Amino acid sequence: MAAPRSAATRLFQNRAFLWLCLLATNLAVLALAILLVSILWQGWGSLDWDFLKSTASRKPENAGIIVPLWGSVWVCAICGLVALPLGVGTAIYLEEFARRTRFTRFVQTNILNLAGVPSIVYGILGLTAFARMFGAFGTGADTGVEFGDPEGLFYLRLPFGSSVLAGGLTLMLVILPIVIISTQEALRAIPPSLRAGALALGATTWQTVWGMTLPAAIPGIMTGSILAMSRAIGESAPLLVVGSALFILATPNNLMSDFSVLPLQIFNWAQRPQAGFHDLAASAIIVQLVVLLAFNGVAVFIRQRLQKPLQ
Amino acid sequence: MTTAPSNLTPMTDLTRLGRPKSVTIRKIRERLIVGSLAVAATFSIFVTTTILVVLAKETILFFQFPDVSLGEFFGSLEWNPLLGAEKHFGIWPLVSGTLLVTVIAASLALPLGLITAIYLSEYATPRVRAVLKPALEILAGIPTVVYGFFALMFITPALQKLNPMLEGVGTPESPVSFGGYNALSAGVAMGIMILPIVCSLSEDALRAVPRSLRDGAFALGGTRFDVSVKVVVPAALSGIVAAFLLAISRAIGETMIVALAAGGMARLTANPAAEVQTMTGYMAQIFGGDAPAGSVEYQSSYAVGATLFCITFILTMIGQYILRRFREEYD
Repeated sequence: MAAPRSAATRLFQNRAFLWLCLLATNLAVLALAILLVSILWQGWGSLDWDFLKSTASRKPENAGIIVPLWGSVWVCAICGLVALPLGVGTAIYLEEFARRTRFTRFVQTNILNLAGVPSIVYGILGLTAFARMFGAFGTGADTGVEFGDPEGLFYLRLPFGSSVLAGGLTLMLVILPIVIISTQEALRAIPPSLRAGALALGATTWQTVWGMTLPAAIPGIMTGSILAMSRAIGESAPLLVVGSALFILATPNNLMSDFSVLPLQIFNWAQRPQAGFHDLAASAIIVQLVVLLAFNGVAVFIRQRLQKPLQ
Repeated sequence: MTTAPSNLTPMTDLTRLGRPKSVTIRKIRERLIVGSLAVAATFSIFVTTTILVVLAKETILFFQFPDVSLGEFFGSLEWNPLLGAEKHFGIWPLVSGTLLVTVIAASLALPLGLITAIYLSEYATPRVRAVLKPALEILAGIPTVVYGFFALMFITPALQKLNPMLEGVGTPESPVSFGGYNALSAGVAMGIMILPIVCSLSEDALRAVPRSLRDGAFALGGTRFDVSVKVVVPAALSGIVAAFLLAISRAIGETMIVALAAGGMARLTANPAAEVQTMTGYMAQIFGGDAPAGSVEYQSSYAVGATLFCITFILTMIGQYILRRFREEYD
């Protein structure tokens, strides 16, 4: 360290740094405020029931978001139904069953790496693996295998093409590492004494997990899962790659339907030159943010109400 | 499963497991469950392998096109597959575009995020924290396409107001004059996007530093500034650096902000007012439907994707190495 400084210098330094801290923090809050206010300002005017209920249109005053809204619901439902069991299962295996071998360390490192992969790269994977199935069923538009009635609910087609199923599975890849990591953290937070108690009573490892550890970890797992799902709701780059349709008029009616999602609709409208569409994009953002806030609110509620300390 | 943990006592819980079963059945069931969980765990390895295989295969296909070569990819300084009579596939303009936007974002978010984290962890009262943490969580939850919209509709017009003051700045070939698309606007929006990541991860690292270190420093007569900046921050440095790397790799991989606000012209420049294209921006443009599948332009986006994957992969690995190697273990 340098030569000793006078007390006055040090106190001044201390004070100056506090001001710097306050400045930085307020800048962050200010950025959030400007963002929210500017979007509300621009989007509030065109936000009404008709906007929520209408399909896409070439005229801004007639356009609405019903199709991408339902697209988001379908895609996120598929994503959650696959990612949550798979992710929670992986985390349980790694935390509760697997011995600390070279292999499990490798799996763990691999999951951390997957969490860092850009989402658009998952889009490439989804396009190849789900939408085209590696070309195993031919590469043309009409080749492939079909099951069931194209209009019915239980219609399936291989390869999946640019369908809600392909989109949902692609998003699943994006959020899977997040679900795994947050579940692992929730499980690690459970005191080992709880497990020891169950094991001492003669329960098997699985009985311990199912009867003791999981119920105790549920609030943590749910908080993590909800945050992962809110990431899925806002994600758009991978779906752009998988090929969501930009102009469709029908809401999805089965797993093979074309789809658009809310963030991509926002992207599409924001790209257009007409100012009318920019206002619509702002309105759609308001809807998107309200949905996200609701999700985050539930997560905060669970964290505060259910997560009572165990010790 | 809906039982709240507070009602969970070993008694109620073990009675819920039902009638005792034979040991054999229990063992078989246990095996089956562990087996299926292990399959779930291997799925992540399967995902990684598939990413690698797909990127490698498609990138090789790209390099098999007649006017493409590895030497050109890393040697040429031009990237213009969509315009221009003669197509050039040199990756550097896209890399420099990504770098420019990322540097702008990082120079904004890293200092701001770290200082905010120090404030939250060392200075703020619980009441201030209770307001600030949710605000940062909201920022972290906002979809990136919203930041892109904000950059295009708010930041860019604000920057354009500066244009009259900037006359004569920069070279005649590349004047500092903001157009409808520019790197600075995208960079600023991206900085706001990664700010909560930097902040919350650095704060976690700072709070993990044991109290005794702070008490010791205070006891030696340190001011709060001395304690936080000269004791706590160095002790948490590995976590902070890892947070920085994670935020930077998020910025490099971010797509929607740059696709909306940075523009679509790949060029080698350090001018923040210029229109640039990033690696992700190019991929969004191609996959968004600007090139027919199977064409050389379309295939080139896989090579760009492979480059992007390698860069973020290396950053993630360095971050993990730093966390493991330089972690200061206390207590």
